[in-house]
Amino acid sequence: MKRLRLVPDGTNINFMRLRFICFALGAIVILGSFVLFATKGLSYGIDFRGGTLVELRMPTTPDFGELRAKVGGLGLGEVTLQGFGEPTDVLVRIQAQEDGEKGNQRAIATLREAMGPDVDFRRVESVGPTVGEELRMAGLWAVLAAIAAILIYVTMRFEWQFGLGAVIGLVHDVIFIVGIFSLFGLDFDLTTLAAILTMGGYSINDKVVVYDRIRENLRKFRKMELAELINKSINDTLSRTTMTAVTVILSIAAMLVFGGPVIRTFNLAMMVGVVIGTYSSIFVSAPVLLYLGLKRKPDAAKEEATPARP
Amino acid sequence: MVQLPRWQAILVVAICALGTLLMIPTFLSKDTLDSLPGWFPKHQITLGLDLQGGSHLLLEVDVNAILEEDLAAILDQVRTSFRQAQIGYRNLAVRNKAVEFELVDPASTDAAQNALKDLRTGNEIQSDGTRFTIRPTEVSIRDRQRAAVEQSIEIVRRRIDETGTAEPLIQMQGRDRIVVQLPGVNDPERIKRLLGKTAKMTFHLVDPNTPRVPSGTPAPPGSMALPPDKADGPDAGFNYVVRKKVEVAGDRLVDAQPTFQNNEAVVSFRFDSIGAKKFADITRQHVGEPFAIVLDDKVISAPVIREPILGGSGVISGSFTPQSAKDLAVLLRAGALPAPLVVLEERVVGPSLGVDSIKGGLLAGYVATALICAFMIGAYGLLGTFACIAMVFNIVLIGSALALMGSALTLPGIAGIILTMGMSVDANVLIYERIREEVRNGRSPVSAIDAGFKRAFGTIVDSHLTTLFPSMLMFGFGSGPIRGFAITISIGVIVSLYTAIMVTRLLVVQWLRRSRPKALVL
Repeated sequence: MKRLRLVPDGTNINFMRLRFICFALGAIVILGSFVLFATKGLSYGIDFRGGTLVELRMPTTPDFGELRAKVGGLGLGEVTLQGFGEPTDVLVRIQAQEDGEKGNQRAIATLREAMGPDVDFRRVESVGPTVGEELRMAGLWAVLAAIAAILIYVTMRFEWQFGLGAVIGLVHDVIFIVGIFSLFGLDFDLTTLAAILTMGGYSINDKVVVYDRIRENLRKFRKMELAELINKSINDTLSRTTMTAVTVILSIAAMLVFGGPVIRTFNLAMMVGVVIGTYSSIFVSAPVLLYLGLKRKPDAAKEEATPARP
Repeated sequence: MVQLPRWQAILVVAICALGTLLMIPTFLSKDTLDSLPGWFPKHQITLGLDLQGGSHLLLEVDVNAILEEDLAAILDQVRTSFRQAQIGYRNLAVRNKAVEFELVDPASTDAAQNALKDLRTGNEIQSDGTRFTIRPTEVSIRDRQRAAVEQSIEIVRRRIDETGTAEPLIQMQGRDRIVVQLPGVNDPERIKRLLGKTAKMTFHLVDPNTPRVPSGTPAPPGSMALPPDKADGPDAGFNYVVRKKVEVAGDRLVDAQPTFQNNEAVVSFRFDSIGAKKFADITRQHVGEPFAIVLDDKVISAPVIREPILGGSGVISGSFTPQSAKDLAVLLRAGALPAPLVVLEERVVGPSLGVDSIKGGLLAGYVATALICAFMIGAYGLLGTFACIAMVFNIVLIGSALALMGSALTLPGIAGIILTMGMSVDANVLIYERIREEVRNGRSPVSAIDAGFKRAFGTIVDSHLTTLFPSMLMFGFGSGPIRGFAITISIGVIVSLYTAIMVTRLLVVQWLRRSRPKALVL
């Protein structure tokens, strides 16, 4: 029986030759993300900015112009309406009110009154400025702590060069995802952050597998040039890298299509994360080792005395 | 040689069987479950509020209000004791979270110190002879605030219980916050209205000469101008002038019930014996004068005392609707909050969205399972099938762990499980790819499989641990739904380390023993 192969046996792509293009690409992406972040900024969700989000189900398909006029006339400041899922569903975002928590509460009550009993309030989320600020800080700390924890673990298990290489790839991934969210104006909220952290974990997992092979090959092929050795390791693990990426992409795709609109941006962030994380394992984190002054362990010489395993 | 000691094989089978057994109750109805024998596991997976519908409220106790109240009380006490001791003072006021004043006569320092001795516990008194500062100590502020938060939780619980909400969860969070979760409540307006009132009720005498002044007019000393509760009633634009002295307070109430009097909704109340005696004394001494019933600094009504009320019970009327009379009775029965509550965060999910989310999550789960299985079997054949069986047990074990731990399954939690499925086969991919390599290097099937399992192991542990760190951090910072996600991911990563290696290994060993393949097709 013929087996499904994503990467044929004996594949030997010269990834290392592409490294300058990839580094340049990475630099452009990171720079571009910073420029976007500085100029366009992120469209923070209510978790971070404070404010109110309401998902309504109208009895009939609503006329958006009419609805907008009606909700806009309630004196709640900036209100945006957006179709969501079913044609009868509307997502209403109300800006954080000037008097904070009390204002948010008043806004919800005003909207409930204005909509009347026939409108189903499927979801109400309201975050006051205090909690918004706290969530923003907690989120930032979580990302930084995750990066630090990974740096420490990888350094402990490998050498510091590997730890640094993995973190360079990870930072590249995170900045890329943030850039995408800024570019398309997607809601950046707590779930997005959760997706980024998860994909950070996935991305590191992916890099560790390649690094594991590099370390193994460093012991096995003592005379091989470092660039060639890294290239071989990438190729050795390429089949696994792509297989796993595909299984994860399949599960995220299933959620993206069938999981409903509530967690759509969450899945979107994860999808972007898998793709970019897989890319950076191959094209960023592995090649960058070449420039981090990776040294072969002196005791590798002793190992050489005993013939390497086939 | 690939092998698995007998006890390990039995352990793997036992764990999988136990996991399956623990999952069964989740799919049974409550009645069926009750009819089962006692040894049968009863833990079901609880659904988070975003799946079953309900309200999540994060409340903050305004602890600064308590400090302000304490300072006001200290100020009052200074004034009273100095008046009694006839000590002259000036510039008495609350400044910088402390009570400050100056003595008129520097010679009265000792007398002042003596008059203030009751304030020494819990406060720090500083003086340079004439200038005094009385400041509550850090410890006493903290103790007061903790007591206030604990008392608030108690009052919140009583108020919510009065509304008949099923299985509310009320917990302290941090130093001054209260989490309230109300399953099945998708319009929390009434509960928020109930929680939004401190419900401090007091009875005051009204200034008999000028019972009402236009709003904005200052009240004479010893009195305060309070607005009527109903802003659009006949008293609109006026404030009542009531004596500052509290004659009877709401904490003396033992019961309050909504009822009707002359076809009007009213609240009847009853005092305890001390309250009843005070109430009787006041009403006896002040027949013909108006008597104000004040709730949260607003005058509900100020009826004229027609005759002494000696039985300790009475009726509050004040243009109530039947609902507002009921609410007021609830508030009075449950008692006053020590400080106002602020709703910091509110998340409400209606039942229709919850049902849709469950449907969507399940469908996505089935599709993901089918896709991943098809892909794994296509790529690895029989070994791929083994990986799929291990993946199914992975889901079963995550489910049984959730049921045992009693942690709620949320929509992001379902997403976490589905994502774990995609990631859990990674361990199998690592092993199988290694086996492929070993086969290419010319090893026999058995020795290739052996080497594959052995060599992939270190990589699998490394990669799983690096996935685990961020999930655990997420658990630390995330609120409700995100925590659900972090929990399922973390459990999933740990469990998959076991299932992907041990379950697969058991299946592979059994298969090798039975069919003794000459060559591996991979």
